[in-house]
Amino acid sequence: MNNDTLIPLVGVVTDVRQDTPDVKTFRVNALEGGKVFEHMPGQCAMLSIPGVGEAMFSITSSPTNKEYMEFSIKKCGCLTEWLHAMDVGQQITIRGPYGNYFPVETELKGKDLLFVAGGIGLAPLRSVINYVRDNRENYGDVQIVYGSRSKDDLVDYQEIIDEWMADDNIQVNLTIDNSQEGWDGHVGFVPNYVKELAPSTNKTVLVCGPPIMIKFTLAGLKELGFSETQVYTTMELRMKCGVGKCGRCNIGNKYVCKDGPVFRYDELGALPDEY
Amino acid sequence: MLKISAEKLNELFDKIASQQTLYIPVDREDKCAEFKKYESGMTLSKALNTVRSAKDFFLPQTENLAEFRRSGKTIEVKDIRKESEDFVVFGVRACDAKSFEILDSVFLAEPVDTFYKNRREHGTIVTMACTRPEETCFCTTFGINPTVPGGDASVYFDGESYFFVPFTEKGKVFMASISDMLEDGDVTKLSEVQAKAREIMTRLPLANLTTDSFGGEKLMEHFNSEKWAELSEACIGCGTCTFVCPTCQCYDIRDFDTGHGIKRFRCWDSCMYSDFTKMAHGNPRTSQLERFRQRFMHKLVYHPSNHEGEFGCVGCGRCLSKCPVSLNIVKVMKALEDK
Repeated sequence: MNNDTLIPLVGVVTDVRQDTPDVKTFRVNALEGGKVFEHMPGQCAMLSIPGVGEAMFSITSSPTNKEYMEFSIKKCGCLTEWLHAMDVGQQITIRGPYGNYFPVETELKGKDLLFVAGGIGLAPLRSVINYVRDNRENYGDVQIVYGSRSKDDLVDYQEIIDEWMADDNIQVNLTIDNSQEGWDGHVGFVPNYVKELAPSTNKTVLVCGPPIMIKFTLAGLKELGFSETQVYTTMELRMKCGVGKCGRCNIGNKYVCKDGPVFRYDELGALPDEY
Repeated sequence: MLKISAEKLNELFDKIASQQTLYIPVDREDKCAEFKKYESGMTLSKALNTVRSAKDFFLPQTENLAEFRRSGKTIEVKDIRKESEDFVVFGVRACDAKSFEILDSVFLAEPVDTFYKNRREHGTIVTMACTRPEETCFCTTFGINPTVPGGDASVYFDGESYFFVPFTEKGKVFMASISDMLEDGDVTKLSEVQAKAREIMTRLPLANLTTDSFGGEKLMEHFNSEKWAELSEACIGCGTCTFVCPTCQCYDIRDFDTGHGIKRFRCWDSCMYSDFTKMAHGNPRTSQLERFRQRFMHKLVYHPSNHEGEFGCVGCGRCLSKCPVSLNIVKVMKALEDK
């Protein structure tokens, strides 16, 4: 009988990094080493601990990483609590990749890019950012605006400082919601910061974060003169199958697992506001 | 046309059942009809339709997908799929036969659901033409002809004999397996019975219901209709409509720890339930209005928009007769249609 996507593969956790008080990044390899499967930036995978639960997570590592996959996971429920308790060597089940991806080889190619992320919303964008960095000649200016509640809640802070901020070809603008000792950077909410920075309107924007942040960011971008066709985001709804059959992750006639998770804003605008 | 007389029907069932598993609709003690595995002596129900649809044969209410063994940090995945046995479902009505095509468009689309496909390939559907459609019937709204019910082979009853016509390869194989029990028959009376059935259909209360106002183009218009509030007000979110519906296919996947291994199973789920879309960070459909709207938008707008205009309803009428608060798709269609 042919393989069935609902029957998962087994992967092993080969590294665990405590990113913030409630976010850990897990490195996952195939049992025989290497990656369990290939993916494109923005795609997701179903991770599970059998007997505990199964859920969809964005793959935060770039496809250009040929050694392993990474998942940045916020502790917020039954399964994620279990995942956070994992040590190196723990096996998990994994299936995918699922969904579409940011159009890195088509619409985004040659464009000036602006990434706008809030909190754990950096996870799916990090895959694109590192993909772009590894294929730098294919893209124009790259600017990243990233914010969190506090300095401690910035996911992948070490990589941002050591690699992204050290890269002369990338402009990184960090912000935190409230001032804090040991922070001399910008203070304020992401949408306001984007407006202050007033990025050039010829940029293509990739945004991900809490719904309220996305909403105000989009409004701000419109004020600056951006159109909805210049903005991409990635969605998240409850999923069981990952392939458009279990029937629960739809927004109107689109299934987030199969037709998304990446949507251009004008596409999303044509759908019911039910997410 | 080949036929068998009514008094020999059970002999025929015995013969089919000696070759492969046979399911027929039978009357329970409470007079409700349901499909049962045939055992010698069972009587074919005379009811127009079964309370539950025939979707169970291909999408069972629960089925195991995989098994796992966890020990220490290791996980072992066991593929428990087996080739299904051949089986025959006898007496499926035109509406349910059509529902299989709708389920096919979901489960046989890439990536193919091998659990569903396996059963589909091994099941032979023998439909039965309707002779007395009921007041809750509106299959003709969706282009279904209950007097020509389709499937792999069809059976037509003229009151005295059952006439057989094959449609597919599987249907021909089925006919060949019973051909020694069939004889040539005169269809004069059958033509009269069919003409009468067609005449009843034109007089049914829902005979004039149309789908003209529905389809993918009306997505935002229908979604934003003010009528959902009143339509959904009485809905108690019991999910009966989704369980008896032949085209409702939403499912859940869950794990069960047996104490000696973990079984992952899927089971029917319902968009009418409050936890259907609930996530750790919130729920996009918090009210019964939103959940009620989702079900009918899916059947009348979303499904056709993704499947070349095909609606996700076959007009079987089960939701009309089973909803405890008398809500149903007909009320929704009448309220939303352009006047």
